[in-house]
Amino acid sequence: MATVVDTRPAPQEAAPAGRRRKGGKLALRYVVLIVLAVLFISPLIFMLVTSFKTRQEATAVPPTWIPETPTLQAYRDILDAEGTPVLRWFVNSMIAAACNAALVVATAAMAAYPLARMEFRFKKVVFGLIIATLFVPPVILIIPNYLIVGNLQWLDTLLAVIIPTAASAFGVFFLRQFFLSLPNELEEAAVLDGANKWQIFVRVVLPLSRPALVTLALLAFLTNWNDFLWPVYVLFSPETQTLPPGLSTLQSANNVRYDLIMAGAVIASAPVLALFVFAQRFVIEGVSRSGLKG
Amino acid sequence: MSSSTRPTTKEVAAPPLAPDRLEVSTTRRAPSGRRLTSWATPWLFLLPYLVLFGTFVVAPIVYGFWISLHDYDYTLPGKPWVGLRNYTNLFDSDSITAGPFWDGMQATAIFTVFSVPLLLIVPLAVAIVMNQRFRGRNLFRAVYFAPYVLGVAVIGVLWRFLLDRNIGIVNHYMGVVGLPDDIPWLTSVPEAWVALVGVTVWWTLGFNAVIYLAGLQDIPAELYEAAKVDGANAWQRFRNVTLPGLRPVTSFVTMVTIIASVNMFGQSYLMTLGQPGTETRTVIYTITETGLRNFRMGDAAAMSYVLTLFLMVLSLAVFWLFREKKAA
Repeated sequence: MATVVDTRPAPQEAAPAGRRRKGGKLALRYVVLIVLAVLFISPLIFMLVTSFKTRQEATAVPPTWIPETPTLQAYRDILDAEGTPVLRWFVNSMIAAACNAALVVATAAMAAYPLARMEFRFKKVVFGLIIATLFVPPVILIIPNYLIVGNLQWLDTLLAVIIPTAASAFGVFFLRQFFLSLPNELEEAAVLDGANKWQIFVRVVLPLSRPALVTLALLAFLTNWNDFLWPVYVLFSPETQTLPPGLSTLQSANNVRYDLIMAGAVIASAPVLALFVFAQRFVIEGVSRSGLKG
Repeated sequence: MSSSTRPTTKEVAAPPLAPDRLEVSTTRRAPSGRRLTSWATPWLFLLPYLVLFGTFVVAPIVYGFWISLHDYDYTLPGKPWVGLRNYTNLFDSDSITAGPFWDGMQATAIFTVFSVPLLLIVPLAVAIVMNQRFRGRNLFRAVYFAPYVLGVAVIGVLWRFLLDRNIGIVNHYMGVVGLPDDIPWLTSVPEAWVALVGVTVWWTLGFNAVIYLAGLQDIPAELYEAAKVDGANAWQRFRNVTLPGLRPVTSFVTMVTIIASVNMFGQSYLMTLGQPGTETRTVIYTITETGLRNFRMGDAAAMSYVLTLFLMVLSLAVFWLFREKKAA
């Protein structure tokens, strides 16, 4: 992997006197960071490599890091398999995560706007109640929500993983903070132009909030895509599952066929890793900002 | 999708006393009674959210408690009222629920006690190293964060493979460097706890580190300069500038990490399958299996409320801990 160690001191650390000592320190830091990075990334690389191996090579000892006979057979075997239709799960996951993210952003933005910009009775009560639920452990919602979703006839349908998690208290909090930070002038100008509240919201506030909306959408997509516990229990037919409970099904259906299981894991990882690579700034900043509320 | 609710275009019959506080009254005010704002406007904006919030967050909190007061078996027609018996059963060692529940609580406690300190200290060290300027910093940050964007399902099936006693690469490379190469990482305790805690640290370290890093960047550089001028060494600067400056962030990270650890489920569901026996079956795992596999929902709901009570006490303790230090 990355073997090039840059020992040149960064400009602002290049004090003429302690140059060598600093250089040594910097080299040490790179050694530590690179060893750690290899430890962090190699399991993921091994997952990818294994998915291109044959059935025998996947469990061979000693392990190989470059497939001797690279093959796509594992992917061919699982994409349309009976009982473990991975392609179907992929589509289900995409639909669920995209719809859930859209719903989270739409409802949270609409709720956050009056909480940031209007005065009305019970505003503090409503906001306080929403924030209070941030501290409610999700475990107490599982049993009653199973029954509520059952009464709605949503069990074993994608609606069960799209709708119940769409009311994001964090989303309301996050977007309200962002709306409060926007300058008032543009909205006032829009009022003078005769715009009503809805028009101001759609034409002024939302376009100005694009970075916050994108961040929230990404976080909601990631959360829904990765959600495991709830879908394990509410999606039971092979055709209705999403990828996370699907991987569990795949694992129990193919006990030691690690070529197949790793191919499934790669399919479940690829979209979120790609999203992370392309939108790293939004994801990391969204997460680190969530910490600053403390 | 939710654009079906377009608040202000709806004709709202505002009652005569409706306060119109927000609007500048010099602007257009149609005589027809179509006002720019009415009392209903904020509520129409809030409506879609509140419908979901009420149905799937507020109602379940109350409904769950109601369920816990019944012998609520999903598969049976009758669901008789039993008062607090589901709760008292949890504290009665002769009942069928007390054993599994407290075994689960113990498993969760073991996991929490070992994973939380590691997840507070190791990410802080990583964040401090990352909080300096050097080439490739963003790349390293991204690499350490990468496992966190993967779901627990991927993490679970991947590590079940890597930690396999016979063909797993962890044992293989331990053998290569001369360590024992037949460790039963997934089928025996305490090895399974080492595996579950270690994998969780690998998985979520980046999340805590990123939050710490944001906190570190908020500490003004002048404080470090002043401490240097006063002759403070690196350790003193860490004790007297970094740690106090990070206090709000640390309390947040502590809280989030404790809550995440207490909610541990997927790692044990996929990696150890709760084995050996049910030793690594966490309390969340016990609750979901009781309620959603065996459909004894009254018992499961009671368990979840007792667990919530524990979590609340724990949270208050953390709050108190961090507040106390602030006063000192």
